[in-house]
Amino acid sequence: MNILVCLKQVPSSESKIKVGKDPTGIDTSDLTYVVNPYDEYGVEEAIRIKERLGSVDITVLSVGPATAAETLRVALAMGVDRAVLLYDPLFSNSDSLGIARIIAAYVHMTPFDLIFFGKQAIDDDMGAVGIMVAELLRLPHGAVVNRLEISPDQKSMIAHRQIEGADEILEILLPAVITCQKGLNEPRYPSLPGIMKAKSKPLAEINHEGLKLDPKTVGLSAALVKIVKLFPPKTRTTGKIIEGPPAEAVKELVQHLSEATGLAGA
Amino acid sequence: MPGILIFAEQRNGKLKNALMELLGEGTRLARALGEELSVLVVGSRLEELAGLISGVDRIYLADDQRLEQYSSEAYSRILANLIQKLMPSLLLFGASAMSRDLGPKIAARTGTPYSPDCTSIELDPQKKINVIRPVYAGKLNAQLDLGGVRPKILTLRPHVFAPFQGESSKKPKIEKIEVPSDIFDLRVKLKEIVATVESKVDLTEAQIIVSGGRGLKGPENFKLIEELAEVLGAAVGASRAAVDAGWKPHSYQVGLTGKTVSPLVYIACGISGAIQHQAGMSSAKTIVAINKDSQAPIFKIADYGIVGDLFEIVPLLTQEFKKLKEGS
Repeated sequence: MNILVCLKQVPSSESKIKVGKDPTGIDTSDLTYVVNPYDEYGVEEAIRIKERLGSVDITVLSVGPATAAETLRVALAMGVDRAVLLYDPLFSNSDSLGIARIIAAYVHMTPFDLIFFGKQAIDDDMGAVGIMVAELLRLPHGAVVNRLEISPDQKSMIAHRQIEGADEILEILLPAVITCQKGLNEPRYPSLPGIMKAKSKPLAEINHEGLKLDPKTVGLSAALVKIVKLFPPKTRTTGKIIEGPPAEAVKELVQHLSEATGLAGA
Repeated sequence: MPGILIFAEQRNGKLKNALMELLGEGTRLARALGEELSVLVVGSRLEELAGLISGVDRIYLADDQRLEQYSSEAYSRILANLIQKLMPSLLLFGASAMSRDLGPKIAARTGTPYSPDCTSIELDPQKKINVIRPVYAGKLNAQLDLGGVRPKILTLRPHVFAPFQGESSKKPKIEKIEVPSDIFDLRVKLKEIVATVESKVDLTEAQIIVSGGRGLKGPENFKLIEELAEVLGAAVGASRAAVDAGWKPHSYQVGLTGKTVSPLVYIACGISGAIQHQAGMSSAKTIVAINKDSQAPIFKIADYGIVGDLFEIVPLLTQEFKKLKEGS
């Protein structure tokens, strides 16, 4: 079985995010980058499948920039077999569909039985690329999956997918795309031997020619969704701290709330 | 005839509350653009549901027993077919698990722009559409240019847009869509739906949320939160600390690795308000914080705060709202 895990390098969730000099992007000085947390569930799940089934080959992939190679090394150290960086200056400022086309072009050349994505990246919060790749490749998908079991014949899997107030339990035929939600597993930390081994694992770089990709279908010029500008949301200001003995404070709070919001049918 | 098409999500024969906000925003945009407003409902035995929708020009029904339960493959094909036929300028969804699944799939299939979780849709003087959506877990907003390709697929964040008000003498025309059989050649089969949340109100749809955190000290004390939620008809949420401690399952978690919520009122009890929690709830209209640590970051974003012991204050709050409810 061949498994592909797609990763995105993102600023860590603790980062202070500020608008850059060019207002279509963020200020990247002083940022710490990490593997998108939802993508880590995909890496971990792929490794667990390999540990269970044995004959599994795992590739991790990221679409540029060149610094995303660091992110791929983390996955190599966790235990995947090989890494691929799809990098080309022409790819920059692609929208979700452009990124999906780049990844789909790679999968066209190298088919996989199972492709993992995070349910969304914690930078653009789009949650679109995984499902778009599935659609471009006409593969079935399960999105926001928090439990996965591959059938013994490896032709299908049972996926639990989170919806409002419930889980949908799906049977999905392979090959297929899964987007991962928290709860799927607990990602491991790279071990020291893992980090040492990672150095000798293959990390290939492929550009648009290598992907046989028409450059007119990706990048800023092909983007249907373009960022005009980024701006900070209105900051919430500290409101009223209600002082006094608890019983009175509570009365005052209830009064404020029913006046401000019509709460409790007032 | 370009128009605006609203996808009216239904599950178990019930329309989602978000439909009223979609109708409100759809009506406003249809008037500004001078276009027709239509609604699509997909499911089984839809006649009765269609009767509940007013204020639009047309209702399309994809009514088939095999569409009773959601299927990304079948539903997306119906939507893609209808888009091809109508070529609407906008396709509006409420932000939900279903639209997050359908939106990207249809966008990839039809080569159209997609923007989930919008918080503002404005028309400039040339009637070009400007969309705003939060990014970086709400730390920034992005204004997007969605170009000229039709339709633009947008999902609207709940409780942000004004709901449809009003009387409408307009009687919508009902059109049944032919449901081709070949869309049921499914590679994803729904086996079962299992409820994961005990509380009656779902977090992402809730108007009021009462959330508990580490300050509750143990799972048994969540009953204080549940009692208050019951009186208010609210949903119950939990912070990551409470979920990681195993007091509530992950489906209750509000925050960066949990749910993003936008209720009218969010009551945070014993939650310090780490930046990751704020990412999930800071777009609530009114935030109330109850915490004994006066330095807790949650107080910096709360509209109303009480510094004190939640074990004393939450039951008092429950009592007080009970009185108010009985009095009214």
